[in-house]
Amino acid sequence: MAGLAAAFGSGAMTNTIADIEEADVILITGSNTTENHPVLSAGVKRAVSFKGAKLIVIDPRQIKITNFADIWLQPNLGTDVAWINGMMNVIIKEDLYDKKFVKNRTENFENLKKMVEKYTPEHVAGITGIPAQSLIDAARLYAGAKAASILYCMGITQHTTGTDNVKSLANLAMLCGNIGFPGTGVNPLRGQNNVQGACDMGGLPNVHTGYQSVESLDALKKMEAAWHISGLPTKPGLPVTKMVPKALDGEIKALYIIGENPLVSDPDLNHAKKCFANLDFMVVQDIFMTETAREADIVLPARCFAEKDGTFSNTERRVQRIRKAVEPPADVLDDWKIICEIAKRMGYEMSYSESREIMEEIASVTPSYAGITYERIENEGLHWPCPTSDHPGTPILHGKQFTRGKGMFHAIDWIAPNEVADEKYPLFLTTGRVIYQYHTGTMTMKTKGLNERAPECFVEISPEDAGQHDLPDASMVDISSRRGKISARVKVSDKIGNGTVFIPFHFAQAAANNLTNAALDPISGIPEFKVCAVKISKAA
Amino acid sequence: MSTKQLIIINGNELSFKTDETILEVAHRNNIDIPSLCYLKRAAPTGTCGICVVEVKGEQTLLPACSTPAKADMVVKTETRKVIAARRLVIEQFLSSGNHNCAVRASDDKDWTQFQMHVQKDDQSSELCPAWGDCRLQDLAYRYQVSGKKFSLTKTLYPIEDVNPFIIRDFSRCIQCGRCVQACNEVQVNKAINFGHNGSKGKIVAADDRPLKDSDCVFCGECVQVCPVGALVEKDVRYQVRPRETKKIRTTCTYCGVGCQIYLHVKDNKVVKITGVEHAAPNYGSLCVKGRFGFNFISSPERLTSPLIKKNGEFKEASWDEALSLVADKLGKIKKDHGPDSIGVLTSARITNEENYIAHKFTRAVLKTNNIDHCARL
Repeated sequence: MAGLAAAFGSGAMTNTIADIEEADVILITGSNTTENHPVLSAGVKRAVSFKGAKLIVIDPRQIKITNFADIWLQPNLGTDVAWINGMMNVIIKEDLYDKKFVKNRTENFENLKKMVEKYTPEHVAGITGIPAQSLIDAARLYAGAKAASILYCMGITQHTTGTDNVKSLANLAMLCGNIGFPGTGVNPLRGQNNVQGACDMGGLPNVHTGYQSVESLDALKKMEAAWHISGLPTKPGLPVTKMVPKALDGEIKALYIIGENPLVSDPDLNHAKKCFANLDFMVVQDIFMTETAREADIVLPARCFAEKDGTFSNTERRVQRIRKAVEPPADVLDDWKIICEIAKRMGYEMSYSESREIMEEIASVTPSYAGITYERIENEGLHWPCPTSDHPGTPILHGKQFTRGKGMFHAIDWIAPNEVADEKYPLFLTTGRVIYQYHTGTMTMKTKGLNERAPECFVEISPEDAGQHDLPDASMVDISSRRGKISARVKVSDKIGNGTVFIPFHFAQAAANNLTNAALDPISGIPEFKVCAVKISKAA
Repeated sequence: MSTKQLIIINGNELSFKTDETILEVAHRNNIDIPSLCYLKRAAPTGTCGICVVEVKGEQTLLPACSTPAKADMVVKTETRKVIAARRLVIEQFLSSGNHNCAVRASDDKDWTQFQMHVQKDDQSSELCPAWGDCRLQDLAYRYQVSGKKFSLTKTLYPIEDVNPFIIRDFSRCIQCGRCVQACNEVQVNKAINFGHNGSKGKIVAADDRPLKDSDCVFCGECVQVCPVGALVEKDVRYQVRPRETKKIRTTCTYCGVGCQIYLHVKDNKVVKITGVEHAAPNYGSLCVKGRFGFNFISSPERLTSPLIKKNGEFKEASWDEALSLVADKLGKIKKDHGPDSIGVLTSARITNEENYIAHKFTRAVLKTNNIDHCARL
C-alpha cells in the first residue's frame, strides 16, 4: 500500500473486479488467486477462456491459475524487483513503452531508465532463475497489450522489499500506460473482508479516516472540532509489527486487540509470545477463545458479521452493506458499543443509536466517504472516492491524472531477502493459504466439511528435494528454522521448485509462523513471511 | 440518423442491441418467457425447449434463448401452440425421474407405488427436497401439467453423498446442463460434464469419479443453478424448506472480494447461504468458504460472557464489571506511563463503523496514534 501511495498517491486497487475481464493481458504475481480469491479468479479464467485474454503468471509455485497461463515464470523467492526491472529493460530497449504516457503523466523516468539498464535478461536470469527468453516473451506480451491488468497479493508485499516490489509493479504499469482505463491498473487483492475499510477508517498509525495524515494541521482541527476535544496526538504511532516487540522492551504496557489472532498470524511466534507475556494488561475482543484470547487478562465477547448492521469496503473500494440476520448469543454487544461503553467509563461520551449514525459521522469527516449513505448503498455499493451525495463513485482511479498529480517512477535496485538458504538451513520456506481454510482458522475450522477437505498442516516439497532428504510422501517431518520448529506431513508435489518448500499458516497446532522471519520492510512494516530458511528432518 | 431497429414481442415494439437474443430483449422489458436451461453469463444451449416462442413466418417454434433478435421480427410468447409445446416438455421432465411433488397427480395406486419407489431411493419419506424451490414444479403449476402420461422411469444411478457439501441425486436430474455450464463457463473449474449420452445420460466428473476425488472445489455454483432437486446442499436436504426460512442480504465475511450473499435463516440460525445473482461483484457466484463455511456463526464455542482472568483462570463477569475494569486499567496505565504505552489492534474483520469507533477511541480517548490492524499479516 505504501508503494502504490508513493507512486500514484493512493494505495488501493486502481480498477474494479469486473474490469479484469476487459483486459487483453492479465499479469498475476504473488497471488494464489484460485485459492484465496476464488470468485475473482473466475473472472480471470473467463477472460482467458472466452474473451481471448492472455495470462502471465509469475509465482514460485505452479499454482492452479498457471493452468490458464500463456506464460508462467518461476522466480527464486525474493527476486521480484529483479524480474520486474528485467521486463522494463526489455520494454525500453525494444522501444515498446508508451512514450506519450511517460511524457505527459509521469516523472523521474530517466532515473528509472538508468537503473534498469543493467537488468538485462541474462543478468536477471542469474538472480531469478527465469530463462532470459521467457522474460523477454513476458515483457513483449505485457507491453503489447492495449489494456493490461496487474493483480498482486501478499506474495509481493510480505517481503523486506515489499514496498520496493509494489513500486516496481507501478513502474511497469506506468511505463506501458496501463493506468486509468478499463482492463488496466495495479490491483492489490485484499485478503480479508474489510482490510480496505480498516485502512480507510483510520485503523493505521499515521492517518485519520480517508488517509488524512495525523501530522496535518487541517485534519487535526477538523477532527478536534468534530469530536469536541483538544490535544489529539500528532506524532504517528507504531505499526503492529513494532508495537509487539516494544512490549518486550516495556515501552508498550497494554494492548487492546479486536478480532485478531496475532499469536498464530504474527511472524516468529516464539518471540511474539514472549512479547505478549511481558504486557501489564491485555484485552481481547473476539467471537471465539482464540490462541491470543487465552493470553488476555480480560476477554470481551463480540458479535459476528451475521449479527450486526454496518458496512464493509471490499478490495475494489466498494462500500457495501452488511445486515443483521440473527440474534447474537446471550447479550453480546456490538463491537462499537463495547468501545463506546469503555470510552464513557474513561470520561468521554461516545453515544450512537445505531451504526447508521456512525456512518453519518464518518461521511462528515472523511472526504472520500462524504457522499456515502446507507440509502445510496441499499442495493449496490459505491466505490470511494465518493465526495458528494450526487457523486456516482469512482470505479477507476487515476483516469486523467494521478491522485498525487504525476505518477512517480522509482528507480529501485534489487536486494536479496533478509534470510537466505545456507548450509545449516538449506531450504527456502514460503507460506500461504489453502482454499478450504481461512487465516488462522478460527471460523472455517468450525465447519466439519472444510476440515475434512483440509484437515491438517502439510509441507509441500519437490520430488527431488524429498528424495534427497529421504522424506517419503505423507510421512511426518520436523521443520525448523533459526526461530522455531513444527511438525507437519510431507506432501510431495511437482508444483513447487527444487530448493523451496511451502507451508500453509492456518494451523495453530503446527503454526508456520513459528518458523517465519520477523524482519520488516523498512517502509510498510510488513514482515518477510514469504521467505526464510529452514531444514527438514524425519519426525523424532 | 438511421431509423431504430425494433422487434415486436406480444405487440410491444422494443429496441434491441446487436447479438441480443429474443429472451434477453424480453427479460429486459419484463416480459416473462419461462426457461429451464438458460443460464445468464453462459452461452445458450437451447437444451430444454421451454423457452420456445412463435415467430411470424417461421414453420417451427424457436428457442428464445438462442434466437437473435432481428428487425421487424414479430414474436408471440404464450400462444396455444407455444403452451402445448411447453406442456409436453414439462410432462416429459416430470416423468423422467423421482419428481415426487404434489404435481405428479395420478390415480391412487400409481401414486402410492411411485412414492414408495422414490422413498426407497431416497431413504426418506419426505417429498422431493427441492419442493417449494423448484423451477420445474413452478412450471408444472403454471401450465397445469402432471406427469401421469408417462410410465415410471427406472433409477439408473445411486445418490452420491460421499462429499461433505453436495448431494447429487441423479434420479432427479433433468439433464438441462445448467450445472455443467456453471462449472465450465462461469466458475471455469471444469470439474463436471455430460457423460453417458442418451437415455442413460448422467452429469459426471472426470472418469465418473465422485466429486470429492475430482477437480471440484465445492464452490456450489452447480447447486445454486440446479432448477430441480438433483443438486442440494447436504446439510439442507430434508432439514430446511424454503418456506421455513427468511433471506437477509449481506456481504460475505471471508476474503476482500465482498461477495453479495443471502443468509437463509431458520429459527435464528443461518442454515444456508446463496449468492445474490443480480448484484456485483459476484453475480451469484461464491466459493466453498462463503457458501458452506457458516457453521461458526451458531457454534457452541462462541464466547457469550465477558471473562476476567483471576489467578490464571478465566471467570465469567458481568458486562459492567468487565468494562469498568478495562476502563480503570487503561486509565491507570495511561496516567502512569503515558498514552503511547498503550496500543490498539483494530480489525480487518469488523465493520467500517466499528473501525471508526476504535480509531476515535484510540486517538480521542487514549490520546495515542498507536493503532493498527492485520493488513500486514
